[in-house]
Amino acid sequence: MRDDIINAVGLTKVFNGDVVAVDHISFSVREGEIFGFLGPNGAGKTTTINMLITVIKPTEGHATVCGYDIVKQAGEVRNRIGVVPQEYTADEDLTGYENIILCGDLYGIPREVSKKRAAELLELVELTKFKDKKVETYSGGMRRRLELACGLINRPRVLFLDEPTLGLDVQTRAAIWDYIRLLKEEFNMTLFMTTHYLEEADALCDRVAIIDNGKIVKMGPPDELKRDLGGDIITLEIQAGDVEVANLIEEIPSVKEVKKQDNTYRIKVEDGEKTAPMIIEAIRNKGYAVTRLSLTKPTLDEVYLEYTGKSMRDEQGGRMSVWSQRRTIRKARA
Amino acid sequence: MEPKEDHQEGEGVMQNQVSTNPLHGLGALTHRELKKWYKEPIVLFISVVQPVIWMALFGKAMNIGGIFQNPAVPRAVAEELMKSTFGTPDYFSFMAVGMLSFVTVFTSMFSGMSIVWDRRLGFLGKVLSTPVARGAILFSKIFSAVIRSLVQSGIVLLVAFLLGLRLGPSFTPLNLLGVFAVLFLMCMGLSSIFLLIAIRSTRWETQMAVVNLLNLPLLFTSNALFPTSIMPEWLRMISKINPITYGTDAGRQLLLYQTNASQLAVDFTFLGIFAAIFSTIGIFLSWKYLSK
Ligand SMILES: Nc1ncnc2c1ncn2[C@@H]1O[C@H](COP(=O)(O)OP(=O)(O)O)[C@@H](O)[C@H]1O
Ligand SMILES: [Mg+2]
Repeated sequence: MRDDIINAVGLTKVFNGDVVAVDHISFSVREGEIFGFLGPNGAGKTTTINMLITVIKPTEGHATVCGYDIVKQAGEVRNRIGVVPQEYTADEDLTGYENIILCGDLYGIPREVSKKRAAELLELVELTKFKDKKVETYSGGMRRRLELACGLINRPRVLFLDEPTLGLDVQTRAAIWDYIRLLKEEFNMTLFMTTHYLEEADALCDRVAIIDNGKIVKMGPPDELKRDLGGDIITLEIQAGDVEVANLIEEIPSVKEVKKQDNTYRIKVEDGEKTAPMIIEAIRNKGYAVTRLSLTKPTLDEVYLEYTGKSMRDEQGGRMSVWSQRRTIRKARA
Repeated sequence: MEPKEDHQEGEGVMQNQVSTNPLHGLGALTHRELKKWYKEPIVLFISVVQPVIWMALFGKAMNIGGIFQNPAVPRAVAEELMKSTFGTPDYFSFMAVGMLSFVTVFTSMFSGMSIVWDRRLGFLGKVLSTPVARGAILFSKIFSAVIRSLVQSGIVLLVAFLLGLRLGPSFTPLNLLGVFAVLFLMCMGLSSIFLLIAIRSTRWETQMAVVNLLNLPLLFTSNALFPTSIMPEWLRMISKINPITYGTDAGRQLLLYQTNASQLAVDFTFLGIFAAIFSTIGIFLSWKYLSK
């Protein structure tokens, strides 16, 4: 497909002959979208990113980024992508500004150009005031913003973000989300991100792939995933205590299931916002009044539970990934 | 930052820059390594003072010449004894040149450690995702080690002069260039070896253990502190394949002894081959192993 900026087919990574970190995954990412990999610690998110950004080679399968093969044309891929790694990789002993310039040099960008861009990027991530301070004095949020600026120095077409808000507090996280949205909206950049925060995937991503034990178990826009679960729940109370309206409600096509408890009805419906008025209308037509109605949307949490059989909290991962995550969290909170 | 238009223009700029230079990024990475050193006054100070302390302690405290400063031994005999063993009348000069090898070995070891840290801290991963030549990653470590050890050696040599190093009869200022060339080759080969050991490692503890295991044996199986002529046969055999022996000998030929041109040629050839072989293996393996 011409429009797909990332295309992976049967991508697989086996470490040391027996650790299957990524297991035959196939997906494609369209230009200009925010695509999210959602999964617990050790699911294989970082390994997938590392293959796509040409840092490690797949054991099996292949992928293209910006139309170039990640193994055979790695150089072309590298020139067109930006990376914001899970770890804080900026050099602590250098200043923020020196770090950005170093990144520019690594891409072979002429100094005059990288200096100009560095100034713009520092402005963008609001670090201009701190640009000459050593990175070791930065807070977690500042470090993350610096990583973002470094990842943008070569004006990438695709930006890869590995757990961009890991360990950050709610406010800082919201600020990072704003930058990510800005990149998509203002610069039409494609963003490939991983996260193990459900709210993050829900709030940011146009499409999400749920990954568990190295396999994609479900993929689609967050709303669709939730809808597929069996839809919204409407809870309803009517005035007249012992009238039976269940069969009345069941006649509405988008209603899937009705359960009655005393004079409260629990109704599973497809499109909550549209169906609720229809239910009220049907009950009114019979001369009864609805006293109370509430609509609950399923969260990605439930989607996750449905497809992986476990809650996001039962996390585990290998030595390397746990070790690196802990350090990232520690630095984020510093 | 102006949206869209600016970005498009920027992309045009970017497209022109696909670098085909195989060592692209080498300068930037080497400079990063060196910055950590020269921008940190304490690190710089310690790295210079440490060999000076060793030299003062080893060279002056282990005053082997002093053993012969005994009324029972005539002065001329004592000097002759020292000269036939060490090639120079005082042990301090002998040892001071050996100390240049110490500096080189320890600085080379450091380069191996730093690649392990870069891997663990994720910096290596980030560099690997940029178009930097893989060989440049390894070579930036080698060159920064070389530059550091040359600067440190220069200072050590200067201090040695001040503490009484006696130059040999055939010394000319040009010989100093020769000494630096020797140290260059020795450091290049040694740091390649230490980097090769470290290239796939993720645990700095392992690297540390390897380094600790190797450093003293490497020095004591060479002529850095004692001449090979007074070693037992088995040790002398080992010292014959130890590059430090050749580096130190070349240094002494150039600084202390009546230069023996053919011996010097052997030293240079050995070190040249040593540096070439291991840095080539280094490039080869960094292509293969940096990205697993
Ligand atoms: N370099 C490596 N060597 C061996 N196993 C690894 C390596 N990197 C990751 N793994 C293993 O692969 C699995 C997936 O890890 P990772 O991709 O880091 O997960 P995530 O980013 O989703 O937390 C884990 O079981 C992890 O221990
Ligand atoms: Mg990860």
